[in-house]
Amino acid sequence: MARAKKAADGPTALRVVGKALRKVDATAKVLGVTKFADDLSLPRMLYCKLLRSPHPHARIVRIDATRALALPGVKAVLTGKDLPIPFGILPVSQDEHALALDKARFVGDPVAGVAAVSEEVATAALDLIAVEYEPLRPIKDHLDAVEHPEPRIHDYGDHGNLHKLINLEFGDVEAGFAAADVVREDLLFFEGNTHLPMEQHAALADWSPDGKLTLWSSTQTPHYVHRALAKVLELAPARVRVIATTNGGAFGGKSDPFSHEIVVAKLAMLTGRPVKITLTREEVFYCHRGRHPTLMWVKTGVKQDGAITAMHFKSLLDGGGYGSYGVASTYYTGALQTVTHHVPRYKFQGARAFTNKPPCGPKRGHGTPQPRFALEVHFDKIAEQLGIDPADFRLKHLVPPHSLTANWLRVGSMGLAECIRKVVAGSGWNEKYRKLPYGRGVGLACSSYITGAGLPIYWNAMPHSGVQLKCDRGGGVTVFCGSTEIGQGSDSVLAIIVAEVLGLDPFDIAVVSADTDLTPVDLGSYSSRVTLMTGNAAIQAAERARDLIARHAAPKLEAPVERITFAGRRVFDAASPERGISFAEAVQLAEAAAGTVGTVGSYTPAAGAGKYRGAGVGPSPAYSYSACVALVDVDPATGIVQVPKIWIAHDVGRSINAAAVMGQIEGSIYMGLGEALMEEMAYRGNRNVVHKIPSLLEYKSPTTLEMCDVVTYVVEDPDPNGPFGAKECGQGPLLPVPPAVANAVYDAVGVRIDEVPITPEKVFKALRRKEKGEEPRFGPLGFPDLPWPEPIRVAPPWEGGDGRAVEGGKGREKAVEVTAGRRR
Amino acid sequence: MLRLPSFKYLQPRTLKEAVAMKADAGPEGMYVAGGTDLYPNMKRRHQEPRTVISLMGLKELRKLDGWTVGTCLTLSELSDVPTFRQSHRAVAHAAELVSTPLLRNMGTLGGNLCLDTRCNYYDQTYEWRKAIDFCMKKDGHICWVAPSSPRCWAVSSSDVAPVAVAIGAEFRLVGPQGERVVPAGRFYHNDGINYLTKQPDEILVEVRLPAPDGWDAVYHKLRRRGSFDFPVLGVAAWVKWEPGNGNRETGRVAEARIVLGGVASWPQEIPEAAAALRGCELGDDAIARAAAAAYRPAKPLDNTDFDLSWRKQMTRVHVTRALEELRGRR
Repeated sequence: MARAKKAADGPTALRVVGKALRKVDATAKVLGVTKFADDLSLPRMLYCKLLRSPHPHARIVRIDATRALALPGVKAVLTGKDLPIPFGILPVSQDEHALALDKARFVGDPVAGVAAVSEEVATAALDLIAVEYEPLRPIKDHLDAVEHPEPRIHDYGDHGNLHKLINLEFGDVEAGFAAADVVREDLLFFEGNTHLPMEQHAALADWSPDGKLTLWSSTQTPHYVHRALAKVLELAPARVRVIATTNGGAFGGKSDPFSHEIVVAKLAMLTGRPVKITLTREEVFYCHRGRHPTLMWVKTGVKQDGAITAMHFKSLLDGGGYGSYGVASTYYTGALQTVTHHVPRYKFQGARAFTNKPPCGPKRGHGTPQPRFALEVHFDKIAEQLGIDPADFRLKHLVPPHSLTANWLRVGSMGLAECIRKVVAGSGWNEKYRKLPYGRGVGLACSSYITGAGLPIYWNAMPHSGVQLKCDRGGGVTVFCGSTEIGQGSDSVLAIIVAEVLGLDPFDIAVVSADTDLTPVDLGSYSSRVTLMTGNAAIQAAERARDLIARHAAPKLEAPVERITFAGRRVFDAASPERGISFAEAVQLAEAAAGTVGTVGSYTPAAGAGKYRGAGVGPSPAYSYSACVALVDVDPATGIVQVPKIWIAHDVGRSINAAAVMGQIEGSIYMGLGEALMEEMAYRGNRNVVHKIPSLLEYKSPTTLEMCDVVTYVVEDPDPNGPFGAKECGQGPLLPVPPAVANAVYDAVGVRIDEVPITPEKVFKALRRKEKGEEPRFGPLGFPDLPWPEPIRVAPPWEGGDGRAVEGGKGREKAVEVTAGRRR
Repeated sequence: MLRLPSFKYLQPRTLKEAVAMKADAGPEGMYVAGGTDLYPNMKRRHQEPRTVISLMGLKELRKLDGWTVGTCLTLSELSDVPTFRQSHRAVAHAAELVSTPLLRNMGTLGGNLCLDTRCNYYDQTYEWRKAIDFCMKKDGHICWVAPSSPRCWAVSSSDVAPVAVAIGAEFRLVGPQGERVVPAGRFYHNDGINYLTKQPDEILVEVRLPAPDGWDAVYHKLRRRGSFDFPVLGVAAWVKWEPGNGNRETGRVAEARIVLGGVASWPQEIPEAAAALRGCELGDDAIARAAAAAYRPAKPLDNTDFDLSWRKQMTRVHVTRALEELRGRR
């Protein structure tokens, strides 16, 4: 690829990329000037509130809104039958309605929407809507769903209340186990948790008399919202404009099209007035789409030297009431086990259950923190069993760079060894591990994450990201891109890359992003795809502009076009830099000669290597790597775990903005720490499956006082597929935190907590068991028998495979799968 | 967003005026000080006053006079007075452990002493409570924590109240019938709904602390996080030392009080624990006996953060640690 050369230029050639820069939108945010969705206001605006189901599982018999409509100030009331077309983020699970049509599937499922002149009137109207429900037996969790195929929550899915069942086998794992010196099995559980963005979701819809709809929304995926609105409202996409306002945090929680977005749009169309909704914190808990609670069983065979001979991994996910990204999430719990350490034979069985709770979906790390927790704790136990230091164990048998895995993932650059060495040296691992006093311990874990999903969510052959660039005769440059700024710094990445190529200052670049009328499609801010994909698109657009401008500047500078260089807002002859003109003059020359100066760029990932059903989840242009050491203090009298310090090394390929990379890594640690120690989507299964604690006070997430010191090492091993070699850093560094903490707790007090969050109660119970001479462990005790389908068998690359299934995988011809079975 | 309902807001200048305003407003009137408890409760429709009468403009409630503390001092003000930090460090320390700096800048001593009892079946929005058909503390008939119980088991979650009871503070109340002084220990009921002996039209005006002489007290707070959270267990321990020759104390405990917060609907005094200490030096054995005595009657229920059996176990640990701290301070 053309971009590959960029990486090879080396850091000395770079002027802007890699520096620690202020984000281009930071000052406005810090000063409170940035306008978020809830800050928007239009003349004659109405306010919307949603009536939500008080039942976890119920048939809706009748809805009567007469009294609500009679309340002065109420302008419209919508119910399910007003919006009967289903939608959903994945083509395979179009199972949501903007308002429950015939059934409510969790406490908090939206049933009716009101538009009124004030929020107070809209709230009062909710109580006047009479809904008659016929309650059904609720399914309270994944095990309940396995035991109770009836009543079915949805009338589709692989088996009863099991939404999805996956069975994949890459080589003969039984033969692999037979060849092992040690075979170990472990059971682990990862509790569900939610994103907790500071900004609650908000949306504002406006319907113009000319027949055009505009929706402003705090969404990570304006393109997918655009598609859902057009579908459900039966409008031509050309009549719908979606503008993603700056997100006040998202973390995956704003990447589905949501009920409230569709309802305000419909209410605006009905009333002819702008309609706004701002969710309460409690409602954000009901939108959820967070981490799936996941029960896992893993069995690995190893040789005495730690070489893995085979691995078998099973996961059972509690999916909540709707599909959301769940099919993809389920595949992800089995996809990335193979990209850190060489697994020659691999079997994965994954299942997702429907339950009567808010739907789970993608949260930072999407489906991979759970298996990574299981794997890294499992590896820690294996290393102990083999008598190998856990750091040494992990340095052996790493996946080589530029290789294929058993499940046909194509690994590019691979800096994990360097990451491990950095944290081992930095943390003083060799002086601490097994040597600290009782109550204090260190633990180590590794991980890897995708830099963008290789396939789009719906089948199409078009680019994943597009950029348009306009150069103004005054020297201004505007970059247009559909990517969405959610605080991760994507607008800055666009500005920095364009500035690098055109020799400008990033703060000179105007960035217009995430507006479906103005910007070319970018699929959205999810799967850690934006820096790599929009970055590559931006490089292409900027290089085309540079080449165009250089061509017309060369005669004026009397230099060959190859020598025309862009730097310091000037265009000059590299051989005699004093011979130059300003960038603005150069644009004027180009505009005079060739007309308006505008270019485009786009990016499409290369085809994945796997050709089997299910191969759509896991391939990525590049994989990031992390290693982490956690230091913990455990109070043996209480079981309370504190984490004073974490050392982390992350292979980011190349930093585009060094400050933003550090910020993303530290933010990942913070979020991982919350998942490791306290965060929990708790429900009262015996009380109507209500969410136990839907508030910022009682849903426990770390405060600044719980945040640990962090030592960050940024490892730069440029990847040929990344813009200037860059890979992701926004999600991957979260993954090793929970297992590193769990392993450190074992080092500190000798008990295994095979379940996150690692709460004081669990540590206390495990310590009690240890005192009594029982197994010093807290964790799940079994994995249920599931009606697995026949496995799809695929030979690994080293066993003569071609990436296709050798047997199984019935239904391959159906328009498949998940992130849209595009088979190549 | 979650909205406050509309209400009338009054700002009296004198106590008399405040009492008169409450009389005018009747049962639909409520007093407010910092508002950090009442306003969130109003958003969730726990209390639905039509008239809210602010006490923050009453000068006599805003002063610190010797060991008499006005109840409208904010928790930040209280914990920032250097002399007070020295003389009544347990009170200042408890005040400092309430919630976050932002809320302590608004919340008051009186507000914390009168804090509504808490329960995670109750501290929820109206819509949420509808899904469990409400509870007896508001809009319903049953206590979901103990469904066969005739009473509400919401939890006393004040940090300062256990300390006030332990050190034997007295509260001065002013109401339409005049004024009265009650010992802190008699200000509370063990009932999640009627948790105060104060009448709704009475104002808690001041707290009279004992002179700092011959006694010592500590407060330990257990909660998930180092900020923000209400206590799931508070331990207030007070000891009066036996007088010896001259100014010296003997080292033996003459009297003691151990009061637990977060385990009942009131600050729960544990006389058995105090009895285990009386006449003893604070040796390991005496401390262990007191901790065991405190462990037995503590009956946390499943209505706060953390698992209830762990919370009960922690009573023993934290009573021990509180008494060890007292011993260490001698």
